[in-house]
Order: sequence, then C-alpha cells, then structure tokens
Amino acid sequence: MNLKNMINRLFFGIAAFGFLLTGCASNKQENISRLSLIQERDELICGVSGKIPGFSFIERDGNFKGLDVDICKAFAASIIGDSEKIQFRPLTAAERFLAIKTGDIDLLSRNTTFTLSRDSSGGNGLTFAPVVFHDGQGLMVKKESGIDSIQGLANKSICVGSGTTTEQNINDTFESLSLPYIPIKYQDLNQVVAGYLQGRCQAMTSDRSQLAAARSGFKNAKDHIILDDVLSKEPLAPASDGSEQKLADAMRWTVFALIAAEEQGITQSNIDDKVQLAKNNPQLKSLRRFLGIDGGLGEKIGLRNDFVVKVIKATGNYGEIYDRNLGKNSDVPIPRGLNEIYSKGGLHISPPFN
Amino acid sequence: MSKNKKIFFQIVLMFALLGFTGILINNLIINLTRTDIGFKFNWLIKPASFSLAEHSLPYSPSDSYAWALFIGWINSLKVIISSLILATCIGTLIGFLRVGKNSFFRITTAGFITIVRQTPLLIQLMCWYFVGFLSIRNNTFLNIRNILNISNKGIEFFGLYLSSEFSALLLGLSIFSSAFIAEVIRGGIQSVPLGQWEAYRSLGISEKQGFFKIIIPQALPAFIPGLTSQYLNLAKNSTLAIAVGYSDIYAINDTIINQTGRAIECFIILLFSFLILNLLITKVMGIIDKSIMRSRI
Repeated sequence: MNLKNMINRLFFGIAAFGFLLTGCASNKQENISRLSLIQERDELICGVSGKIPGFSFIERDGNFKGLDVDICKAFAASIIGDSEKIQFRPLTAAERFLAIKTGDIDLLSRNTTFTLSRDSSGGNGLTFAPVVFHDGQGLMVKKESGIDSIQGLANKSICVGSGTTTEQNINDTFESLSLPYIPIKYQDLNQVVAGYLQGRCQAMTSDRSQLAAARSGFKNAKDHIILDDVLSKEPLAPASDGSEQKLADAMRWTVFALIAAEEQGITQSNIDDKVQLAKNNPQLKSLRRFLGIDGGLGEKIGLRNDFVVKVIKATGNYGEIYDRNLGKNSDVPIPRGLNEIYSKGGLHISPPFN
Repeated sequence: MSKNKKIFFQIVLMFALLGFTGILINNLIINLTRTDIGFKFNWLIKPASFSLAEHSLPYSPSDSYAWALFIGWINSLKVIISSLILATCIGTLIGFLRVGKNSFFRITTAGFITIVRQTPLLIQLMCWYFVGFLSIRNNTFLNIRNILNISNKGIEFFGLYLSSEFSALLLGLSIFSSAFIAEVIRGGIQSVPLGQWEAYRSLGISEKQGFFKIIIPQALPAFIPGLTSQYLNLAKNSTLAIAVGYSDIYAINDTIINQTGRAIECFIILLFSFLILNLLITKVMGIIDKSIMRSRI
C-alpha cells in the first residue's frame, strides 16, 4: 500500500468516525428540561451498578434490588408518580459519567462518591443529590495471613477496582506512609473478588460496605477480616447532569423527604393515617406542608404537591429502605453507624420543608 | 468524457467531500460545547496519581497522565509483539500439521482449531487467568530448578519474570490467534495447484524438500494478506487485557477517564494509538509482501 493510498483511507476513516460522533452527540434535545423530558417519557432511566449485593443487584427473579435501586424508585415516584416506571441501566465505573453527560441516562444511583472534581463544571460536570450512604474505604485480608494493619501490607499485592476513587485513595494512603505495594487492577468488582479469593493478592480494597457485601457471599466468611484502618471518607450519593437544575432540585428534595419522613416517624404503613391526620387537623402546619396539603412546595420544584406521599408509599422512609436492604435480617447486614439520622447520632439530616 | 471534464468532476467531488467532513467536525465541536463536555488536552500534563503494577520504563504516580498513557502503550506493544511472534510460531506449526500426512495430527489440530475459533476470546482469557493461573493453589505448578517456575504469581524463566496477568494475556491471545493463523496457512498451502505436488514427486524430490522448497515459496504470497489481517485483529484484541487486570493502554485510559472525566479526548487518543500501531503493522507486512513478490520475479 503506498502512502497516498494510506492517506486516502485515513481521510475516509476520520470522516466516518466524525459522522459517528455527531450521531452520538446530537440526540440531546434542546430547550426542554430533563425533568419535563422524564415526565413526558413517563419513564425514568436510572444508571445503577447491578453487581453489588445490598446496593443494586439482580435477584433470581430478574428484578433489581438494593438501596441504590430503592432510591431510584423513590425518584420515579416523586417525578412520575409511579415507582415502577423505571428502566435500569447497569453501568461500569468508567461508563457512568459519560452516560449522564450524553443523556443516555437521566440520573445515576450507583454508589458514586461525592467529590469536588465530579461535582464541578471544570471536572465531570455533575450535580450530586444528598448523600444516601456514608461509607469509607477499607481493606480485607485473609485471617490466616496474620496481617492486622496497613503496615503489614508493605510490598504485598492488593486487588483494586480500576477507574474508581478507591484506586486513588489506596495510592494516596500508601504513598503518604511511604509503603511500597503492587496494585492489581480489575475493571469489575467481581474480578477483584475472584483475584483476591484465588490468592493473586494478599488484600482487596473497596468501600467497607462493598467488602462486607462481597464477604457475605464467601463460602467461609469468617476466614476474612476487614482491617480497622479506614482509608477515606466515601459519601455515596446519586448524581445528575450539572446543567439540569430542576432535576437536581427534585432529586435533592426527594432524598430529604426520605430522611425527613424517618425523623417524623412517617412510614409506608402509617402514611395514609398521617395524611388523614393532617387533613383533619389544620393546626398541624408543618406536617400539612410536608405531605403537600398546604404550601404548594412540590410545585416549586416541578413536582406534584403530594410527592412525599407518593415516595413514602412506594419505598418507605430512609430507615425502612436501609433495613430492607442492609438491615440485620437482610442478606448484607451492615450496622447503621454513621447512616443513622442525626437525632440518633448519625449524619443524615433534612433541612426544613418550608 | 473529455480530460478537462474529468478533472472538473474530480475537483467538485473533492470539495464536496471536504465540505461534508468540515460540517461533521463543526457539528461535533458544537455539540461538545453544548453538552458542556468541551474539548481540552491540558489535563495530560497533570500528575496521574495512580500507580501501576507493570511498567517497562520508570514510572511513579507523580508522573503526568501523558506519561502514564505512554507506559500503557508500551505495555500494549510488549504484549502485542510477543503474542504476534508466539501466535505465528504456533499457528504455522498447526497449519503444517493440519495439511500433513499424519492423520492423528490432522484430526487433533482440526479439533483444536474448531474449539479455539468457536469460543469467545474474552472467555478464553478469563479461563487462562482465573482458572489457569490463579487456581494454582499451592502457589507452584511447575518448578524446574531455577530455569522455569510457574506459579500463581506468574512465570519465571531464566530470571525473566512475567506476571500472571501478562502470561495469561500472552497465552490467551497467542492461542486464539494461532487457530486463525493456522487456517490462513492451510488456505495458502492448499492454494498451490495439486500439479506442483505431483511435479516434485515425479522428479523424485523428497517430501520434506518438496514441501519446503517447492510448495511453501509458492504459498507465501497467499499467506501475507490473511496474516496481516490476523495481526491487526490480534493488536485490537489486546485491549481485552482489562479483563485480566493487565495495565495496557485501554485499562489505563479507563482509569484516566474516571479521574478526569475527559472520555472523548481519551478515546481519541486511544483510537490514534491503535491507528498508528496498526498502520505500522500494515506497513511492515507491506514491505514483506513486496520483498516476497520481488524475489519471485
């Protein structure tokens, strides 16, 4: 093949590639907010992981289940009014942000750590809803290895998921302690687990909740210990496109509604009674505002006034969602700790619905 | 059509094509700006702040993203070139056995080709890695003095250490491509007219000599186009490295996209890295092709 021929081919190739890209980029509709778009479509497209038990996992019956999934359902209930009108899109860690930016998904509820660069317009250009799970990065080792602290992992191999904050944190931690280590990177949490179990690495690292979730599936869960060292803060939060203010507001207040409902003891089973109570008692001003009887709060954020009622009916309050997926009797029990509401010593708190 | 008309037509066509490409590129840039994704490359000089298990050149997390990408490219190149050599050796051997007289080898190689060609490479790679290397429980599978040591940490050969990720990828890619290469070799050999075999036999030339001196030289030109396309496939398939945890350019790109959010730029870099690599392969194969053709005249 001569040079001229090559250049010709290159030229056609670039043209075809450009065509492809334009195709991808131009399917975003103009002048209509994402929130209205979801309502018109009558379906919410929600990006999840699909691989983390307790957060988002495909059950035997083919349905998605988990805390992240329930948060999606709460969003669908508040935005569309029906928690079943959702299309779940399983995404890898690397795919998730572009999927939002190109408009392939409406929002992300995929154990994503809230960080400055992800939230900023100069970075990933997202906007985060309030934190739905406070996590921290940890390390899991085999009991028989005798390793009981980070120092014991010097010069050892550590299995880590690529394309996550995890990868950066482990590097920051080991570098600040001047400990050498060998990172073995896999794209997928399942592979990280396989690499660790098969003995390719002496330790695996991930968010502590994910370590607990993974360990719950091991044959001999007791043979593995999660070290006490917490390498980072990992506040996990849903996210949406930073330029979609209305959608961000709707998401923000949906999460707050879940927390506020728990603060006020409003649950899936007593919501109807509470609505009745508020209707009959005009003096219960704040309850009436919260449940959308007075004040027209929902309208202000582009939702129906009774969106809180729809949400609680669909998923229950934050505590109920937590217990269902991560509570004592669930498949992946994780103590609530920081994830209690503020009045019980946790970090979840809702600003007033005024 | 007169000559002038022809030239005029060519020029019009060229401008139409240029205009079309221009519109597309313009459209792309407009859309990128509108979706707020933008188009910047200044992040390339910022520190990468992630570490790599394998690097042939000095690398530390404080080096730039650009350097990390280059290390990834070298890692890719390393695995591509070594698989290319290994795949050609295995493929040629299997191809010869496949057309040979020994019916045992003919059947087993046919079976090998069938199995390898009909199963996805991704599954084969994972099989080599997770089932092959990592399941070596007691840490050592084979240990011959200090010459060859195969364990779940990888292969050690005369002091040369290959990690289990690299080894799995090397084996997986080579075995997969070798089955295709074997078929190219078989096709090439069978393209030589039967008369040629009869001719050397009737001249009393031995089978071995006839095969290597008469048949192969005539089959060579038929090998090249098929081999080129297999080599290009091999290079592209190497991106599956991410499945077995090898830090190739795609895996490193994946991390960088996540840290910087610059997916479009990263994919363009990736596209051009492979374009350059594959143009190189095509060029080298073109030179080989030409030298074979010249030697036949």
